[in-house]
Amino acid sequence: MINEEAVFWSRVLTETTLSFHIIYATIGVGIPLMIMIAQWVGIKNNDEHYILLARRWARGFVITVAIGVVTGTAIGLQLSLLWPNFMQFAGQVIALPLFMETFAFFFEAIFLGIYLYTWDRFEGQRKHLLLLIPVAIGASMSAVFITIVNAFMNAPQGFEVLNGELVNIQPLIAMFNPAMPTKVAHVLASAYMTAAFVLASIAGIRLLQGSNHIYHKKALYLLMKLGFIFSVATALIGDFSGKYLAEYQPEKLAAAEWHFETEEGAELLLFGVLEGEDVKYEIRIPYALSILAHSNPKAEVLGLNEFPQNEIPPLYIHYLFDSMVMIGMFLLFISLVYIVAMSRRWSIIRKRWFRWVIGACGPLSIIAIEVGWWLTEVGRQPWILRGYMRTEQGATTSGSVDLMLLLFCILYIVLGIGSVVVLRRMFRKNPIEREIAERHADRKVK
Amino acid sequence: MGLEILGITVLWLFLFGYVIIASIDFGAGFFNAYSILTGRSHILTNIISRYLSPVWEVTNVFLVFFFVGIVGFFPKTAYYYGTILLVPISISVVLLSIRGSYYAFEAYVSKGHKGYAFAYGGAGLLIPASLSVVFTISEGGFVEIVNGGPQLDYWKLYTSPLSWSIVLLSIVAVLYISAVFLTWYAWKAGDQPASQLMRKYALIWAAPLIITAVGIIYEMRSHNVERFEMMGNLWMVFALSAILFIFTIWCIWQKRHYGLAVILLILQFALAFFAYGFSHYPYLLYPYLTIHEGFTNTEMALALVIAFIAGLCLLIPSLYLLFRLFVFNKGYVRGERKEHV
Repeated sequence: MINEEAVFWSRVLTETTLSFHIIYATIGVGIPLMIMIAQWVGIKNNDEHYILLARRWARGFVITVAIGVVTGTAIGLQLSLLWPNFMQFAGQVIALPLFMETFAFFFEAIFLGIYLYTWDRFEGQRKHLLLLIPVAIGASMSAVFITIVNAFMNAPQGFEVLNGELVNIQPLIAMFNPAMPTKVAHVLASAYMTAAFVLASIAGIRLLQGSNHIYHKKALYLLMKLGFIFSVATALIGDFSGKYLAEYQPEKLAAAEWHFETEEGAELLLFGVLEGEDVKYEIRIPYALSILAHSNPKAEVLGLNEFPQNEIPPLYIHYLFDSMVMIGMFLLFISLVYIVAMSRRWSIIRKRWFRWVIGACGPLSIIAIEVGWWLTEVGRQPWILRGYMRTEQGATTSGSVDLMLLLFCILYIVLGIGSVVVLRRMFRKNPIEREIAERHADRKVK
Repeated sequence: MGLEILGITVLWLFLFGYVIIASIDFGAGFFNAYSILTGRSHILTNIISRYLSPVWEVTNVFLVFFFVGIVGFFPKTAYYYGTILLVPISISVVLLSIRGSYYAFEAYVSKGHKGYAFAYGGAGLLIPASLSVVFTISEGGFVEIVNGGPQLDYWKLYTSPLSWSIVLLSIVAVLYISAVFLTWYAWKAGDQPASQLMRKYALIWAAPLIITAVGIIYEMRSHNVERFEMMGNLWMVFALSAILFIFTIWCIWQKRHYGLAVILLILQFALAFFAYGFSHYPYLLYPYLTIHEGFTNTEMALALVIAFIAGLCLLIPSLYLLFRLFVFNKGYVRGERKEHV
């Protein structure tokens, strides 16, 4: 029994929840590492500015983590509420990483509480920094485990189906599925990258607003370096993801690249408009798709003609793919320019327009995260569990999903506005200039 | 002992942990809001926020642990409960979200902000009410299989005296547990006025607690005779729980042994909670789903148990550290330090 309306609204509600949650979740995975690095640099260089940086980021982090926790609880429950058939089926094979994720999260929550409430309790900063390590590990491991579940949906293995029953179940084989290495690495690297650019944006905007304090410049330089490293890593892993897709989910790659016919030496299409099967106004890069898929310009890449019509994902994912890649490249380029300009003392980085560009980096990286997730989720359609269960088979049959969608939309608007208002108030009430003045006089890093 | 019994016992233990910790948390949020309303916030706010601040996130994880664990060990629960609970649990999630985020807003940024304090204080009291509906539904009689799928009879649920009794008990229990705990916590902090006030609340909520609890047993008899008899078989455990309740009240009344009172309180609820859970055996959802037929495969169960043991090795020392640094640290409890980020 399938309730078409319930399927549709369940998809919309899941997408809404994930799109909202992923902003806070990504920041939540990335920021602990940034705090850790800043505090470490502060201790090593005996520089109070970096310690303050860590401290102020940690304060803001409390708010984003609170929203991340509650929306994470929402999506955790919605998995069972909106996709009961899927959870009943997949839960038998992939419950292990879901369960481990709660432990990682538990671990993170405990040490975050300790870290936040023990500033200045210990002799010296080093001991206190140690408490942050479990927070960062817990946050990243949560992302690892939950991404493993998503990877399983793309490349399920570790079980067999016999007369509709699941047999020969191997939880570890299911966890270490082919999609897992690239997906996990891509999620982690892009989370660190996003956190770096979001924080860099804040420093950039402060400089734009007229503050010329060295504190912001130190922050910006550190973050641009980190942003550069992680955007290079993200791009490299993205390339590996292309090879994974070509091997295990060729229809997803073909749909994202508008690659209709199987051919050797395939071109990569950028942008363009689709009219039937004709592509217009596109940019073609010779051999690039073959290189992305198989590291070989002559290699054969499977086209959409190889797959049944009802197993092809929607073709608009091409735009999602292009947006993600373009933003990633742009951020990589901007951070590189900043780093080179710093060492060569180019005046460009003091220009207002360039600071505007830096200010845009944070929102852009969040957009890249969003389109990246839409790409991977829509690109898996029509499957919820590729090859085994179609999305409509996994959904609830309840008639009240549309009402719940409305309820959750209101909730996310309230939480979204609330978190922004509160974060602004938090930092307005206690501007950095005042805090530096208060702390510099009485204490240095021990 | 089968793996399914081990699994449900562990999950039940964590759910019990959530019931206690969350009750303290929700009750504290409510008392905080109430004290602001009645102009007594100077007595309570400090002590409450000192306890809540470092632990609120941990509370939430107990709940997440329970529902992820139950879907892991018993995947069929995702199908049965997932299908029927969409509306009630969505409401709980909204309340939990308001509660968690507005708590953070108030505690970390706008201390004493009335709107935020009322939002999370009120939401905190409604959460147990909305979550307790799950217990009511599990008793059977509210779910029917229509066209091969389970369906919840809302009208029957909302007009059932049993479901309202359970809602009442959950709210009263939250206020009582929280008041007893905070009486001790404030006393330990050397905060006499706060301890006195919480003691008064504890005594006020004691009578409603026992009345609603007895009321539920009475309702059960007319609702589901079989389940009532299953509970009747364990009457001695429930009686023991009642005796511990009397001792707790005696300690609080005498203004002595507040620490002992907290231990007795936890034991009292543990006995009642486990006796209730035990009487529920073997049903996860009466009469459709038992723990035996809902159980996952052996490989997954073993993997989950191993992961659980490994996880505990990580968690227990961490939780110990958390409690040592905050709940059992005299300097912190008394508020001698200002070490917030």
